[in-house]
Order: sequence, then structure tokens, then C-alpha cells
Amino acid sequence: MSTPPPVTAYPGIAITLTLNGVRRELIVEPWVTLLDLLRERLDLTGAKKGCDHGQCGACTVLIDGVRINSCLTLAVMQDGRSITTIEGLAGAEGLHPVQQAFIDHDALQCGYCTPGQICSAVGLLAEGHAHDRDQVRELMSGNICRCGAYPQIASAVGSCIDQAGQAAEDASARPGTVPA
Amino acid sequence: MNPFHYVRAGATQEAVAQLARPGEHPARLIAGGTNLLDLMKIGAMSAELLVDVNAAVPDALRDAGANGMVLGAAARNAVTAYDPVVKRRYPLLSAAILAGASPQIRNAASNAGNLLQRTRCYYFYDPATACNKRDPGSGCAARTGVNRQHAILGFSPSCIATHPSDMCVALAALEARVQVTGPAGDREIPFAEFHRLPGDRPELDTTLGPDEVITAIALPAMDQFAGHSAYLKVRDRLSYAFALVSVAAALALNEDGTIAQARLAVGGVAHRPWRVPAAEEAMVGQLPVEDTFAAAAESLLQGARGSGFNDFKIPLARRSVVRALQMAHEGTYDNTGAPRGQHP
Repeated sequence: MSTPPPVTAYPGIAITLTLNGVRRELIVEPWVTLLDLLRERLDLTGAKKGCDHGQCGACTVLIDGVRINSCLTLAVMQDGRSITTIEGLAGAEGLHPVQQAFIDHDALQCGYCTPGQICSAVGLLAEGHAHDRDQVRELMSGNICRCGAYPQIASAVGSCIDQAGQAAEDASARPGTVPA
Repeated sequence: MNPFHYVRAGATQEAVAQLARPGEHPARLIAGGTNLLDLMKIGAMSAELLVDVNAAVPDALRDAGANGMVLGAAARNAVTAYDPVVKRRYPLLSAAILAGASPQIRNAASNAGNLLQRTRCYYFYDPATACNKRDPGSGCAARTGVNRQHAILGFSPSCIATHPSDMCVALAALEARVQVTGPAGDREIPFAEFHRLPGDRPELDTTLGPDEVITAIALPAMDQFAGHSAYLKVRDRLSYAFALVSVAAALALNEDGTIAQARLAVGGVAHRPWRVPAAEEAMVGQLPVEDTFAAAAESLLQGARGSGFNDFKIPLARRSVVRALQMAHEGTYDNTGAPRGQHP
């Protein structure tokens, strides 16, 4: 009797994530993207799988407060990190200000891209590099809206910049921008 | 994606050892993963083992004063672009990084990964078609196919792909050096020698050894260019698209207004950022006027040839070089807002 050929096993890897404030211990296969983990295993279906290639931004989530495409990272690479999805943005006092701004500015039509748009906008605000409408549009360009709600999205995000007290710098002083 | 194993390397030598391990299928390094995972999902790349190097290589950005600056391999593109020292001393690099990808991708992508990203040739991405880069010996569907985004310089019968990076175009102009470590120790690769032309081995994008790991990117002091630099990117939409043509241009001016030094590199036109030092040297001592810039463009684009759909790139590149040099003469463009005059 001959020896059977060797078998390559792919053991799951133990990781710990803080998901919307709740610590979770998980065992995941190496090839599971963060997006698939959220959607298929943890019932957090807010982040959407639009293109699965980092082109549409519908899967945008916050990792330690930084916006990334959850389809282009492996869950095992995020061990120990804190993940915030659209489901984790609203607090005890109600909606996150960016969520409220999207409602106030009618910044969606079908809504499919909205969780990614809102997470992206929250990340944008934390980054602090957008001071005017042009910069909002440029720094929201990783989020596609096929309904074309871009003017309203830019208004919604822009209103949050004003609320956050990030005064617009003198745009005319910076080459490469349209003078106000 | 094919199934694979995953390990985290705690030190650079650990990553080198993983790469050197024998076997039919390669181990690959992963840092951001924004390009590798994309390619693995569609089957254009595969791996038996992914080695996470985020904790294994430096992620610091170190100002070395008169010796320039050292950018850690694992530092994120966004962190690099917005770093106050990078913005002040190397505004060309900051502008180039910010012209590329999306904020989400720049937040995830590493500096070394930016250098090692693969071409966005549609045929490389489509395993149903012939591609010598993806599948050596299978042919090149792009040569007679839809080659609008493809190379006009330095290509070969085997491959007409372009290198897609914006960051690398600035690094070429800034004469960066890629610091690597491998089984034989550390070495530095001048940027002009890092990316290859395709020749008859288009599967090799770079001169990095198969078991070498990038640890950092070293920039020489280039402060004389900080006041006059521009990264102009021409693309099919205003943001978040790969370049049809991009230009990194930097000038240092004499007190009499003539050009003391010039740096010029073009992206989107070849298998590597295209730089012709003679085109820069010919500008020295000249006035920063259109004739001077047009002559530089002619010199840089010598030998350019189209493959049909990309014929337009030759005049586009010529005009883009002139415009980028004019922008650099005007001041420093940081690419943090809408390009002037592009939309109301």
C-alpha cells in the first residue's frame, strides 16, 4: 500500500477585532477579505460589495478611524484593530452628524453607495485636508454614486466641515485651486 | 482567490527567509494589498504564501537634513504625501502621490507597494487573453488590440504595457534610491535602474531580486527645486483614473531668471517612468520659455511610436511636458484641489 500524497491544510487564523466597539474573537481563513468577513460571517451588511476591486468605494469602512476599502484588505491583516462600519456610527443621541447631513441634503437616491459615502466622509473629516467644495469633491472621488447625487453629497459633506469649525483657508493663496 | 497560507514577518530577515523558501509556487509579500489582492481575485496573480511585512520593514519618514530624506517602505502613501517635511522639501512627490488612486487606497497602500504595483494593461488583467507579462510566451494581445493606454517609448514586441504609478514618476525625477535587503545583504538601487524595460522578459517589472525586500526609499536633498515643481496628470476623468500621460517637472532658477537645473520625468508612456537626463541638461542656462520647454519635450520623446489607439499620446505628451514646465516655472502645484480652470 503506497503512502497517500501529502495534504496541504489551510488552518484558520485566530484574530481579535473590535467591531463597532465590541471586541470579537474570530477564526478566519487567510483569503477572507475584511468585507466578506463583515457581510458573510458577521451580518454587517451595511458595507456593500459593489465592484470588489477598490474602484467604487461602496465597501469603505474605518480602521482605527482611517477610511479604507474593506474589499482590498484581508481580515487576518487587521488583527487587533478597531473597525467601524456604517452600523456603528450612530450613537445614543441619534444619528452621526454626517448621517443627518446626508438626509438634510437629500444626498442619495438609491442608497446603495451611501454607507460607503458616509464612512468615507467621516474619514475625510478626521483627515482634515478638505477645506472647500473642490477639495471635498477631489477627496471623495474614491466613492462612486451611479445615481449621480454628487452635488448633494458634496453639500452634505461640506456642511459637516463648516460644523467642525474647519475654516476654509484662503483658496486663492494656493496655486492649483480655483480662486474663490 | 486561490487558497494560500499567511504569516506575519516580525523582521526583515524573516521576510527574506520566507521568500527564499523552495517550492513551485511563490511566496509573495503583502503590505497594503490594494493591488495584489485585486490581481489575485481575478487570477492574474497567485501565491502559495502571503508574508505580511507591515511589522517587518520600517514605516518611519526620516528627515536626514543635507542628506535628504528616508521614506520607510511600509509607510502609507497618504502619510507620506501629507507629511509636513515631504510637503515642504519634496512638494513634487506629495503632489504626485495625491494625484494617484483614491484617498482610501492611498490610506492603505504602502510606499514599497507603490513601486511594485503591476501594470493596468487590460490584457494583463484578463486571464482569457494572451499576455507575456502574466503568462510568459503566450503573446501580447495589446499590440494589435485596444492599446489606448499603452506605451509609446521603450516597448518591445513582447510587451507594450506602461507602469501605472504616479509616485514613481516623481521619484524618478527626484533621483530616489531604493534600499533593499536580501540574502547577500543590503544594497541601493538607483531609481533609473529599478524599473526595467520589457525586452523579452516582460514578466520582470523591476531589477529587485526574487528574495530581496524593499526597506526604504532614500531621497537626495533636492530643496533647490521645492519652489518650482509641478506634477501634471492628464487622464480621462478629473480624479481617480490612471494617467494617459503624466509629467513630473521641477526647475531651479538663477537670479537672472535662467534655468540653473531642471528635472523632468514622464509617466504613462513606458514600462518605467521615462527620464532623459540630456533633455534636462539642455535646459540649463536657457530662459524658461516655451521654446526651451518644447525642445526638452522633443528630446525626451525622441523615438516615440504609437501602436494605433495610443498615437494621440505622442502630441499629448509633447504638450503636457511644455505645460508642466510652465506650471513649474510659475510656482509649486500641490494637487490638493481642482486643477486651475478645470471646473467652475
